[in-house]
Amino acid sequence: MGARIVVAGASMGGLRAAEQLRAAGWTGAVTVVGAEPHMPYNRPPLSKEVLAGKAPFASLAFTPKASVADVDWRLGTGVTSARLADRVVVLEDGTELPFDGLVVATGMRPRRLRCPGPLAGRHTVRTIADAQGLRDELTRPGVRVVVVGAGFIGCEVAATAVALGAAEVTVVDPLPLPMVGPLGELLATALLRRHEERGVRFALGAGVAGFEGEDRVTGVVLDDGTVLAADVVVESVGSVANTEWLDGNGLDLSDGVLTDEQLRVGGLPYVVAVGDVARFPNARYDGVARRVEHWSIPTDTARHAAKALVAHLTGVDAGLAPFAPLPTFWSDQHEFRLQSFGAPGLGKGDVRVLDGDPGADVLVGYHRDGSLVGVVALGGQAAVGAAARYRSELLKQPALTAQGIPT
Amino acid sequence: MKVVVDMNKCQDHGQCVFAAPDVFRMDDDGRLAYVPDPDDALRAEVEEAADVCPLQAIRIED
Ligand SMILES: Cc1cc2nc3c(=O)[nH]c(=O)nc-3n(C[C@H](O)[C@H](O)[C@H](O)COP(=O)(O)OP(=O)(O)OC[C@H]3O[C@@H](n4cnc5c(N)ncnc54)[C@H](O)[C@@H]3O)c2cc1C
Ligand code: SF4
Repeated sequence: MGARIVVAGASMGGLRAAEQLRAAGWTGAVTVVGAEPHMPYNRPPLSKEVLAGKAPFASLAFTPKASVADVDWRLGTGVTSARLADRVVVLEDGTELPFDGLVVATGMRPRRLRCPGPLAGRHTVRTIADAQGLRDELTRPGVRVVVVGAGFIGCEVAATAVALGAAEVTVVDPLPLPMVGPLGELLATALLRRHEERGVRFALGAGVAGFEGEDRVTGVVLDDGTVLAADVVVESVGSVANTEWLDGNGLDLSDGVLTDEQLRVGGLPYVVAVGDVARFPNARYDGVARRVEHWSIPTDTARHAAKALVAHLTGVDAGLAPFAPLPTFWSDQHEFRLQSFGAPGLGKGDVRVLDGDPGADVLVGYHRDGSLVGVVALGGQAAVGAAARYRSELLKQPALTAQGIPT
Repeated sequence: MKVVVDMNKCQDHGQCVFAAPDVFRMDDDGRLAYVPDPDDALRAEVEEAADVCPLQAIRIED
């Protein structure tokens, strides 16, 4: 039998990995195994255009490149375990799939709240099936919606629910401001005001103690005893890495899959990780390994990891520099956009308005040791365009490794 | 090489401009403008632009 690379996970990371293996010169077999029944599709519209009904579900499908026409797609079946030393993965139906190289691309799943109460009426947003179920409920007249978690998905879903005509939309979070973790106070305050002006209510500084209702949820009980009436609850309280199938291989799976600076896993040159699940050091910053749940990351990681893996399997020295992507992130809420370049989270201690003002279009810079590490724009096209002008400056920044905290 | 951007999908993210500045640019109003028939030497850049478009609005036809 010829050489084969197995890709575990058939979403954006898995697709980009397959394409980039071909681009890196891999001519052997590629098998992509995916738990979902669908070919890879694009997730961001699930909380935005598609949830709002502005774009059809069919528009989500990625168009795979011609170079992956001969890839063997095993869809609707998960990988249940792996014996990395033996170079074998085991599928749900017991099939053992031997491999020469393995790409870990199994991504994340939503974290669930563990408090008491009925499950019916409670939703998460990660898959097509999730968004279909949520859309059916959000479009019922007079619906009252409680969103638990004021991160980016929670904020987007709240905005979409208002646009769909929900009677009440309330966002609950134990933190004092929406998206304050990634953005810091200045922008989070501006974001809160924009949402409130457009009809979203907030219960901030409050945790969820439980859910009311017999067969399905009718209310959300906060930890101060307040009850918010709810026909639909959306839980957007973060995500959990899909790594259980890698248990037993001696890997660091404490938060996703730890990789080295070439995206290799567990010191094995024939196993790499891509996308949301990869916890990688970024040579552009402080060398601390982090997972990055941004849409740009599956493509960036796949390009680098595929080169590293194919070079190893074909016995050439790729001479690859350490992986050092410039993270980019966007979020659409109501009619405004957040656009981020770089790593604002590393510079929350020194936040400066670079352009505009927080009441209107604004561009904010995040600094560490005096130098710019990230910019975030909030507003319309002008603000986003202004952010783009700082992108090249961020790309030119010297690495922060000198002051870095060793991993 | 023929490039087609579905302007109904495009939301002027500008990611394509970073990937392939010779083919895509933002005009003075912040709207996307592009070269529909770029030279084949630019294929790698244009493929990258298609990959990074958040709306997946860019198609490469042959
Ligand atoms: C609703 C939503 C909105 C978003 N909006 C934005 C946005 O506006 N901007 C932005 O920058 N990013 C956004 N993102 C983030 C972006 O979509 C993710 O970063 C991206 O989807 C990650 O891709 P991935 O392939 O790494 O992981 P995933 O998309 O999580 O894919 C992993 C795949 O692996 C499969 N799998 C899991 N376990 C197994 C197993 N054992 N065997 C086989 N298959 C398995 C899963 O079923 C899944 O299909 C959004 C995400 C969501 C969910
Ligand atoms: S990246 Fe896509 S959405 Fe953005 S300007 Fe280019 S084509 Fe339009």
